Amino acid sequence: MSCDLWLQWLDAYVDESCSPEEIEGIENHLRDCPACTAETLARLQMKRATRAASARYAPSPEFKLRVQNAIQKSRKPIWMVPRVQRAFAGAVAFLLIVIVTAAMWTRHAAREQTLAELLDLHVATTASTNPVDVISTDRHTVKPWFQGKLPFTFNLPELANSPFKLVGGKLVYFRNSPGAQLLIDIRKHQISVFVVQDQAGVTPQGMGEIATRQKGFSVESWSEGGLRYVVIGDTTPADIHDLGELLRTAAKQ
Amino acid sequence: MPLFASLYNFACWLTQDRGAAEDLVQEAYMKALRGFSSFEQGTNFRAWMYRILRNTFLTTQAGLKASAFVSIDSDDAPVEPENAETPELLLLARLKQDAIRQALEELPVHFREVILLCDLEEMSYQEIGLALGIPMGTVMSRLSRARKAMRRLLGERTMGATT
Repeated sequence: MSCDLWLQWLDAYVDESCSPEEIEGIENHLRDCPACTAETLARLQMKRATRAASARYAPSPEFKLRVQNAIQKSRKPIWMVPRVQRAFAGAVAFLLIVIVTAAMWTRHAAREQTLAELLDLHVATTASTNPVDVISTDRHTVKPWFQGKLPFTFNLPELANSPFKLVGGKLVYFRNSPGAQLLIDIRKHQISVFVVQDQAGVTPQGMGEIATRQKGFSVESWSEGGLRYVVIGDTTPADIHDLGELLRTAAKQ
Repeated sequence: MPLFASLYNFACWLTQDRGAAEDLVQEAYMKALRGFSSFEQGTNFRAWMYRILRNTFLTTQAGLKASAFVSIDSDDAPVEPENAETPELLLLARLKQDAIRQALEELPVHFREVILLCDLEEMSYQEIGLALGIPMGTVMSRLSRARKAMRRLLGERTMGATT
């Protein structure tokens, strides 16, 4: 290769931008070529001289401070940065989901617990040899019996023209609060109607209207006039619902 | 502030005016701050900053003039063979820094910047290509022309001084 061709590689050689193979080729040539060696040396010296001469301007401390202040002013607060906003929104959404889920689960658990306790009372009553304290098919006998025993009163429906038959009633204490339990028969099935105060400490908040099944028992529950009604029995859900409608109508009278 | 002093020096060489260089550096930092999300982590931050500075310069009046000059001069044309006659080896010893600086100032901006990035900032050809937004082959040919032009200027100056 002629010197003219080698000279084209000298810039890359002095700029240390050659591959090991290229360096080897150039250095082999330089060993035998004083002219190219002189040229290489000249370029190296020029490069060094240029470096020394061009490092000429230095910023003043005042200018540096001015730029720093300008940057500081233009910098958005951390909460204005879109990435931070997105992360924050994500965290809030996640927290909301957790809170709502936890609240729903807690409410559901409290409701299930309440129904389970009342179901136990119903089962205990039906298993008892003295299931009720007042035995009467007449609502005008049963309702007055509760007078003075409960801090509230409630209406009983007329059951004469229905398949339901009032057996009697008794006083129960549910979560340290007095309540009424009525026992009603339908086709040899027994149904309990619990009437308790719908307030904190007795029933969970936001229990709402319920129509469900618990361990094979049909259950309906609602709130009316500050009282919580819970109807439980081993009969069909339709029977429970019909009795519930009669009680709702009576409560509104 | 990273690269502040280097960018300021580079801006002074580009603009040839300290006031204009200050405006240029400040604007480049503001642009970098606003556009930091566009910087790809793991890529060359130095080249990215220099590119912002240079692009900002190109929007100024002096920069527009400089870019018009580049378009006339083709970087991709083959580089002429070097003149084997190298008087600078002997002359360099007598050259003063002022002569080099003056020669640098007289160079067209697109030659000056490629020499500064290579010789002063010691950037690789690849980095220079990123900073200037040109292919590596163009960096090499432009650098070769720039150095040749610089040597010619220095040669003329030295000849003038000796006669």
